[in-house]
Amino acid sequence: MGLELFNTFILLLLVVSALAALRVRDLVTAAAIFGVYSFLMCLLWAEMGAVDVAFTEATVGAGISTVVLVATIFNLKRKSND
Amino acid sequence: MKFVSMLPVVAVGGILLLAAKDFPAWGDPQSPASSSPVSSHFIGSTGVDTEVPNMVTAVLADYRGFDTMFETVVVFIAGIAVLAILGGAGKRRASKRVHEVEAEPDLIVTNTARLIVPVIQIFAFYVLAHGHVSPGGGFQGGVVMGASFILIGLSWDLETALARFSIQRCMAVAAGGIVIYGGIGLLSMFLGGEFLDYAELESILPVSREMARYHAMLGVEIGVGFTVTAIMFALYANLSTAGRLKGGL
Repeated sequence: MGLELFNTFILLLLVVSALAALRVRDLVTAAAIFGVYSFLMCLLWAEMGAVDVAFTEATVGAGISTVVLVATIFNLKRKSND
Repeated sequence: MKFVSMLPVVAVGGILLLAAKDFPAWGDPQSPASSSPVSSHFIGSTGVDTEVPNMVTAVLADYRGFDTMFETVVVFIAGIAVLAILGGAGKRRASKRVHEVEAEPDLIVTNTARLIVPVIQIFAFYVLAHGHVSPGGGFQGGVVMGASFILIGLSWDLETALARFSIQRCMAVAAGGIVIYGGIGLLSMFLGGEFLDYAELESILPVSREMARYHAMLGVEIGVGFTVTAIMFALYANLSTAGRLKGGL
């Protein structure tokens, strides 16, 4: 029961962070929320016993891809008015 | 327009949710993946064939080592592509950012990084070297190692990081990793086996055929780690400065 509750909580947070990453206006914030999403996925993988996948998700998904996204965003020209 | 684009999104989401209830329960021994003879073969014979406790690494680096070799090549090609696209553009765009100000690296950030980078790098070596015993391996270790150089680039500036790991050296290390991987494969071919048939390495290693596969997996993971480390850092260095390799974020 406890595990199911944990799973439900993480899945709900996943949906919330996915929607938040789409809704948020600032791209850097969106990249950070995307990192949160990756880390929640990592928790789910680890909880299901796929520790190798969880490890890759934590390093590549939450770590490097967030950095690469932020690095790219800083090189974009922002012309939006909002 | 927003409503029209909403329709396919909701439809596809609904279909996916409908399909999700056909999935077997998690950990179900009767599910197709668990009941297939392939899974039971690997679960049963990995420990006997290779003496590697972590089955994931054994499948990744040994049974489907050919696949993993070209995965490493894909990472290498991705790095080369970014370099080819952004590297040439660097000189043309050199004068774009005139409003740039020279900022001193923050004292607290640099001193934290100074403390944390050696720990990260030792952890990367641990993940790499322990990859066939516990979760981890070449890809994860390489990414963690590359992240330590990225952290240097983030907390000081890119020049500081590039002084330690220049782009030329990145490319040499990345290519070297693939040479290590392919070299171990070729070596086992020259010793009488097939390409990447590590068991043949027993004639030059003072160990049994099973332990030869165990140690060759470590060698292969080191090759993967080299490539991934170098490409991750080269990717960051090029993407964060649009190929100019100066200044950083």
